[in-house]
Amino acid sequence: MLAPLPNYLILSALLFTIGVFGFLYRKNPLVMFMSIELMLNAANLTFVSFARYLGSLSGQVTVFFVMTIAAAEVVVGLGIIVSIFRARADIDVDDVHLLKD
Amino acid sequence: MGLLAFFVIAALALVGALGLVLSHNSVHSALFLVANLFCVALLYLSLNADFLAVVQVIVYAGAIMVLFIFVITLLNPSQEETPSQLVGQGWVAGILAVALMLEIGGVILSGVFGVIKTTSVPPPVNWGDNVHAVGTLLYTQFLFPFEVTSILLLVALVGATVLAKRRL
Amino acid sequence: MVSNVWLVLLFPLVGFFWCVLFGRLWPRLSGWIAALMVGLSFASAVSVLFGILALPADDRLRVGELYQWISSGTVSIPLNVFVDPLASVMIVVVTGVAFLIHLYAIGYMKGDPGFGRFFAYMNLFVFSMLVLVLGGNFLLLMIGWAGVGLCSYLLISFWFEKPEAAAAGVKAFVVNAIGDAGLILAASLILLTFKSLDYVTVFRVAKTTVTVGGGEITAITLLLLVAAVAKSAQLPLYVWLPDAMAGPTPVSALIHAATMVTAGVYLIARAAPLFTLAPFTMSVIAWIGAITALFAATIGLVKPNIKRVLAYSTVSQLGYMFLAVGVGAFGAGIFHLMTHAFFKALLFLGAGAVIHELAGEEDMRHMGGLAKKMPWTYATFLIASLAISGFPLLSGFYSKDEIISLAFTSPRGGAVLGIIALLTAGLTAVYIFRVVFVTFHGKSRVDPHLSEHVHDPGPLMVVPLVVLAVAAALGGYVQFPGEGFVNFLQPTFSSFGVAPVVEHGLNAGISAASIVLSLGGILLAYLIWGRSTVTAENLGKSFAPIRTVLLNDYGIDALYGMTVVALAKGLGRFFSGIFDAVVLNGIIDGLAGLVRGISVMFGKLETGYVRSYAVAVLAGAILIVAYMARGGL
Repeated sequence: MLAPLPNYLILSALLFTIGVFGFLYRKNPLVMFMSIELMLNAANLTFVSFARYLGSLSGQVTVFFVMTIAAAEVVVGLGIIVSIFRARADIDVDDVHLLKD
Repeated sequence: MGLLAFFVIAALALVGALGLVLSHNSVHSALFLVANLFCVALLYLSLNADFLAVVQVIVYAGAIMVLFIFVITLLNPSQEETPSQLVGQGWVAGILAVALMLEIGGVILSGVFGVIKTTSVPPPVNWGDNVHAVGTLLYTQFLFPFEVTSILLLVALVGATVLAKRRL
Repeated sequence: MVSNVWLVLLFPLVGFFWCVLFGRLWPRLSGWIAALMVGLSFASAVSVLFGILALPADDRLRVGELYQWISSGTVSIPLNVFVDPLASVMIVVVTGVAFLIHLYAIGYMKGDPGFGRFFAYMNLFVFSMLVLVLGGNFLLLMIGWAGVGLCSYLLISFWFEKPEAAAAGVKAFVVNAIGDAGLILAASLILLTFKSLDYVTVFRVAKTTVTVGGGEITAITLLLLVAAVAKSAQLPLYVWLPDAMAGPTPVSALIHAATMVTAGVYLIARAAPLFTLAPFTMSVIAWIGAITALFAATIGLVKPNIKRVLAYSTVSQLGYMFLAVGVGAFGAGIFHLMTHAFFKALLFLGAGAVIHELAGEEDMRHMGGLAKKMPWTYATFLIASLAISGFPLLSGFYSKDEIISLAFTSPRGGAVLGIIALLTAGLTAVYIFRVVFVTFHGKSRVDPHLSEHVHDPGPLMVVPLVVLAVAAALGGYVQFPGEGFVNFLQPTFSSFGVAPVVEHGLNAGISAASIVLSLGGILLAYLIWGRSTVTAENLGKSFAPIRTVLLNDYGIDALYGMTVVALAKGLGRFFSGIFDAVVLNGIIDGLAGLVRGISVMFGKLETGYVRSYAVAVLAGAILIVAYMARGGL
């Protein structure tokens, strides 16, 4: 470890918060999706930090699974985005509001 | 020395994250994210997670982000964003993000969940060959999640194929 | 055998179910079966009476339990029977008279489309009355009470297509509801005060639990009195009985003369251990009885409808019974109850025969001269009239005389009560012989077409008349052999540690006075109505204003109509029109509108925008984490 544990945790908290902000602020669905990946990444960093700190490899295995799931999720999610926005001129997630009351 | 390295890498990661969020061009956002992922991989290395660092670079930065860039270029790559229809969304997002950060920071630094406020670096650990160790765990203790994950990948594969067809 | 008492209850119940199931299919058979059931019940009742008589005089109470019905906390109410001299006498009278009337009714109701239904109701009535009499606790009394009220309503409005019958049924039910309310309140107070509703328990602890003449016992007895006044048609709740004459005559005979209306008197007699502890209530009872007796007798002098005169007569005679129990002469009261059952039932059945022959005519102004055409009817009616007038040696003489004597001599009685009783005795003779002379003597005012075919009814109707006439004539003699009737009943009234009641004081002077009055009354009636209608008409003109007052019940019905009925109708209109439509509907609609408003408000949350939902999720997450970490921060 290069630095004490709280440093890593604060870093991943910051990354997570930036990802949250990005998800709420941007309208482009792809950028929103990438913000989600950023959030997942931050969580992974936390897991690995704790794995190293506590001396248990289970944290790393968990990250392994998270990455796999993230991959699967990206695949399906992008497929959905493509099918929704394929035929449109501009891609804006606010255009998809058919569930409005 | 190590601390300095940490701060440099952390700063780069943060720059990448902010670039992702604030860039108007979606391709630029994707590239910023790649940078961020790369920095995080370096951090993994520093945490004795060799296998994960490599997987991060190969899978995350190498495959997933490439896929992202494919889709971005497929759907109108260099488009400028129109102003938001939702009034005040920006302000709300900002306030909530700050609140979240303060909250999490507070939790970490106060030690409420048993997170010890250490200021020292833990002693180096010897896990031996990291790939070997992780692999052993995967096939013994975590065998069941492993198998389930492979089924999940299959499902994702099928789903993506179905979604991408123009006509079912 | 006292255990036959269960059979007494069982037979009418079986009859009721038979008539319900098969009454429409086989009406005539069901009528006979109904009568047979009551007859078997009568036989069982007689055996119960003999069973009680066989027991030693100081041990004549038998309580039998069918099963434990209600057992809640400290209160346990079984289905039980309470058989003592009073109950055994009552069931014999009720079932005996009911049996005769059932036979009569088979003839009277012939051809009526509701024949089977009629006998179902009649059997149900007998059953309910027996439950009322035999029940071993106040709850069973109430059940019987409600049951006879129901049957009364059903039978009064038997010909429900006639509006006046339906209205009379409703009137009876509503007025009796007042009594029922009193009964329920009384029972609740009894339960509160004595912690039990069981007769044995309550009567045993009565003297030691409440202060004599105190508030509790007076309240309980006054409430019981309300119930008795309603059911036995005394002032001020008598108004339903004259209207109840809209029902078939056998109903009037059975329910509104011989049995149901006596339930009030029975109640007071049964609860004697409670009533003797409340002297105030006893005076109230005596005065209500006396005044009602006089009041009703005066009205009976002018009414033209034969059944109505008999109805007022019933009210008046019930007043005598109330007077008796009010001065503490419980035995005399029950004695008169029994003799009254005989002659009043007979009077009604005789009137019924006349009405039946005259195809429904009830107005005495269209009758007359029927004595020769209907000899048996006339003879039995005459015997009953003599009995009710207190003609010497007949049953009514003995029972009435007991009451009048005790009214004077009992410590709770007094001169005024006695004089009222005597006066009423005289008036009784006058009004009943008015009926005799106007209906059976003189020139016939009957419609000539009908007049040709008028004759005595068939044996099915005449035999009960004869049997009742014998009972009316000789019924008084139960007082004499062995212990005497009144002494036989004594244990009911003086056991359970309550002070013994004054009984059996026949006073020669008073008896002489009452004989004079009754004979004088008969003579007066003869003079006014016996020879020709001229005297009556002239008298009517001279006393026209008094006559109008009497004809209109002293205005009581009108008074009730203006006050109570108008109030009830007004309340009804208010509640249905204003309260229900505006207030209640407003509340419900308001609630619905509120729910709609809230859901519209929440609906606004569903904007359809993903990012808004994300904001909500994030805000929630922040709050949750803050809550979870609240300890340490």
